[in-house]
Amino acid sequence: MEKKVYERPHIIKLDAGMPGKFGMRAETPAMTHVFGVAVKKLVEKHGSPLFVISEESIRQSYRKAHKAFSTRYPNVQFAWSYKTNYLSAICNIFHSEGSWAEVVSGFEYNKAIANNVDPKKIIFNGPGKSDDELLTAANNGSLIHIDHLDELYQLIDIAEKATQRPRVAIRVNMDTGIYPQWDRFGFNYENGQAWDAINKIMHSGKLDLMGLHTHIGTFIMTASAYGIAATKLADLAMGLQQKFNHTIKYIDLGGGFASKNTLKGSYLPGSDISPSFDEYAEAISSALLNSSLKPDSLPLLILETGRALVDSAAFLISTVIANKRLSNGKRATIVDAGVNIMFTSFWYQHQISPAQGASQYREDTVLYGPLCMNIDCLRESVNLPILNKGDQVVIHNVGAYNMTQWMQFITLRPNIVLVDSAGEVQLIREAENMDSIQHHEKMPDKLVINHP
Amino acid sequence: MRMNQNIAISETGFLFNPSTGESFTLNPVGLKLISYYKEGLNDDEIISRMQEEYQVEEREISRDLLDFKNVLKHYLLVDNND
Ligand SMILES: Cc1ncc(COP(=O)(O)O)c(C=O)c1O
Repeated sequence: MEKKVYERPHIIKLDAGMPGKFGMRAETPAMTHVFGVAVKKLVEKHGSPLFVISEESIRQSYRKAHKAFSTRYPNVQFAWSYKTNYLSAICNIFHSEGSWAEVVSGFEYNKAIANNVDPKKIIFNGPGKSDDELLTAANNGSLIHIDHLDELYQLIDIAEKATQRPRVAIRVNMDTGIYPQWDRFGFNYENGQAWDAINKIMHSGKLDLMGLHTHIGTFIMTASAYGIAATKLADLAMGLQQKFNHTIKYIDLGGGFASKNTLKGSYLPGSDISPSFDEYAEAISSALLNSSLKPDSLPLLILETGRALVDSAAFLISTVIANKRLSNGKRATIVDAGVNIMFTSFWYQHQISPAQGASQYREDTVLYGPLCMNIDCLRESVNLPILNKGDQVVIHNVGAYNMTQWMQFITLRPNIVLVDSAGEVQLIREAENMDSIQHHEKMPDKLVINHP
Repeated sequence: MRMNQNIAISETGFLFNPSTGESFTLNPVGLKLISYYKEGLNDDEIISRMQEEYQVEEREISRDLLDFKNVLKHYLLVDNND
């Protein structure tokens, strides 16, 4: 007699009717392949955990976003937010689509230079730029976004040494009706700080005021907030025109569009409720076109969209290490990817799919990483089929911030592969090894342990 | 280990506990294990029966049985003196 296929025994208590605290049971079908490549094959070749990014998916998102704006506004430019994902291969996909670079540190600036971005197409944001960094950016003609008055004075001094007049914009913060209001970056619109900065720049005669910038926050679920922001920047631009007869070249609305991830505590999945690029584009374009800006000198509209362009272009494959039963009877599954490489699990309820033919029996499961730390939890509650040690899961929408905000903590960072447009799998970042860490450490002679 | 008296199990894997009013569903392997317990088999007997019937290693079925028993206890479906 042929033996039957075995699967872990399983019993679920039936609850009467109501969906649970974590919403309707989202049945996640098995995902044996990511971006057309078998999960098993990827893991065999590149190990686990493994980040897998799709070139095609990035290009598609970019084109969709670009189209949403360029069909509504005549002059649109995206600048890739380096901090969102600064793997050089990923940046260069964006650059090859036409994106400029948006950086927030000297390190990111140098990365953009190393990627051969035209320095005039680098936007330098952030509150902490050194004298040397500012001088280099000024000499290169990069767009320097001034964050505070100290930086404004610093830059006026630097202008004396620079080989060309620094090209600048100010960052403006404002009330757009959303909570929390981000007011720690830039100059405030409502209380007149923004005008103080503009007056100072214009009277100094040392800086070229090229644009006005704002970044109203991140994962903004209300597109209309951008309409308010665009209106306020257009007002400042009009004021500049009237007072100084100065035409600014661009208005930069920063990043912050929501991706398709589901924020923690959200009852409905992000894929259902996040605004589309069209909704954001409609709010921004109509605000600018309806403003008093002259139609023949409309400023370039710059967008520094990060997460909404790259989140869905990456999956993290992870392997089951063990199953446990918690004291309250709940199943816990431990996988080999921890919060050290999945920083965004602190913000999102990432969708998780089993990677092999799944049984129809599902159970509410806590998904833990392998770190010996209480915080190492990827999902507090996820409905998963019975998983065995050695099985894989696929974690969705991990393209933004994980591969930059990850920590070298307890384990080493894993490989990252790109499935290119031809369907080929390319290693774009090698897993770290002992040497990656030890290389930077120095051992004082007297602490060396020598065995006789 | 003994299943609680009175528990009703259907062939399709539906389990009802009249003393608490709670219902459960079982997958085929879960159903099989419960029916062995109802027949009065002990763990060793169950483990060897399961290996005869299913493509499963002793290690795996022993581990799963241990876990499964804990869940049954948690749901108060078995006599606790075992
Ligand atoms: C100045 C600036 N621009 C763009 C971004 C990208 O934001 P997001 O990934 O939310 O689109 C950020 C992120 O914090 C930012 O600070």
